[in-house]
Amino acid sequence: MGTITFIEHDQTEHVVKFKAGCSVMQIAVDNAIPGIDGDCGGECACGTCHVIVSDDWFRKTGTPGDDEEQMLSMTPERTGTSRFSCQIVVTDEMDGMTVRLPEFQM
Amino acid sequence: MSTQSGTFDDLQARMINATAKVVPMHRQIQGLKHLMSAKKAIFGPRRPMTEFVEKPIPDVSTLSLEDIDVSNPFLYRQCQWLPYFKRLRDEAPVHYQKNSPFGPFWSVTRYDDILFVDKSHDLFSAEPQIILGDPPEGLSVEMFIAMDPPKHDVQRSSVQGVVAPKNLKEMEGLIRSRTGEVLDSLPLDRPFNWVPVVSKELTGRMLATLLDFPYEERHKLVEWSDRMAGAASATGGEYADESIMFDDAADMARSFSKLWRDKEARRAAGEEPGFDLISLLQSNEDTKDLINRPMEFIGNLTLLIIGGNDTTRNSMSGGLVAMNQFPEEFKKLKAKPELIPNMVSEIIRWQTPLAYMRRIAKQDVELGGQTIKKGDRVVMWYASGNRDERKFDNPDQFIIDRKDARNHMSFGYGVHRCMGNRLAELQLRILWEEILKRFDNIEVVEEPRRVQSNFVRGYSELMVKLTPKDKKEAR
Repeated sequence: MGTITFIEHDQTEHVVKFKAGCSVMQIAVDNAIPGIDGDCGGECACGTCHVIVSDDWFRKTGTPGDDEEQMLSMTPERTGTSRFSCQIVVTDEMDGMTVRLPEFQM
Repeated sequence: MSTQSGTFDDLQARMINATAKVVPMHRQIQGLKHLMSAKKAIFGPRRPMTEFVEKPIPDVSTLSLEDIDVSNPFLYRQCQWLPYFKRLRDEAPVHYQKNSPFGPFWSVTRYDDILFVDKSHDLFSAEPQIILGDPPEGLSVEMFIAMDPPKHDVQRSSVQGVVAPKNLKEMEGLIRSRTGEVLDSLPLDRPFNWVPVVSKELTGRMLATLLDFPYEERHKLVEWSDRMAGAASATGGEYADESIMFDDAADMARSFSKLWRDKEARRAAGEEPGFDLISLLQSNEDTKDLINRPMEFIGNLTLLIIGGNDTTRNSMSGGLVAMNQFPEEFKKLKAKPELIPNMVSEIIRWQTPLAYMRRIAKQDVELGGQTIKKGDRVVMWYASGNRDERKFDNPDQFIIDRKDARNHMSFGYGVHRCMGNRLAELQLRILWEEILKRFDNIEVVEEPRRVQSNFVRGYSELMVKLTPKDKKEAR
């Protein structure tokens, strides 16, 4: 158990609870966070669940795999700490994590 | 393709690129046409001329599995595609047809299998073409939709800005005023064909804007696209005369070279570059010399034109067809206009304006209990995946508040996912918002006429009659 904070591009904050083991995309979709589409349902194949992880949490989310890196490279608004939220599986260590949403999804 | 003619094609491309700086592009393409006629006269055609003649398609239940050929370009027109694909999904989800007019090919028809193939660009190559058949011989233009990474990534990133959401925000007002203009000009007292007057007109205007193409010549963009996508040898379309494609390519080359040179000159004179496609290409290190690589230049422009033409056009028409088949949904929409964004996804799922994309296996792959051999053609039938009952409940129903409408496959998945998806959604959303402001009903008064193609699922004629909103409540 823990909480995660989503910050929309217009700075609106959403603090939601999570259970370890599901993806950040799933948490966002389950809580109807605007700005996360998740069109492919978590297959890392559509680029519509882009989030920007805050610097201090980025390393805890692991390293993007080859598939993710490939799709990230096509994302116009990519930053140094961009991830696809379907590829971040939350653990108890991620309690208190903050992620920002880009202005647009691909 | 024999090795000899493969080498010939390769030599030809290198020759064209090498002479690009001194010979105008349209002359090169005309030269190519004569070279091809001469080659055909000497060696005979590499493949027989294709022309498709419509015959009634048999009921799928009377056929053995191996005789099912979903490449038939009349399958959609004769409304037979639903039972054909359902039988494949149920009995042979990875199906081999060895005798089609386009050569042997595999059909992948279930949602999950299509997603797997689309994602696996390491196993399945998009090169050299994404349509089932071959383009006119000698006119193998290069486009990034039919390139694998890493070359694909470089080319796509140089042009995707033109349809990126950031750029679209600027365009919303323009799209809305044009849509309003077209809708306000429609006849209210008699039935008319929605396809040329609305669907083609709106997509043609959009393309002219994206390319900064002379506005009064925008019909050319639509005609080029229709003929390129409608080549008989490529998609079973109605255009069997390949020499016309060369004339079109030469015409395109002339128009776009002129556009390119004009922009170059204006920029050299100190003018600020615009946000149109050619300006973006010229601003990018990797593509600023694209004009010196004619087959790539023509290829990528063709891709943008076709990508923004048949797709959105047929979703604009398809939405009306769907609303007329499911009139309860139109009532639902009028009561809850906030459903428009979800309805747009549902229209794109239900219509699936492009039926498939093709791949070639790069190695032997096991899928659905079959072994796809290295070098085999594999067709991912998005139109079937979008009606897969394993993924969507009541998949043949048009349901504007369907929960998982966004999961449709019409945009493809993976690195080749549609680059213009947000523009398409925006155009359709605005069209329906403006329709609701003006009309109480749009009745389809005749059976629509469908296009001949195994690739484009579209309409050539859609006769409709408008009922304007009661004046008191209008706007």
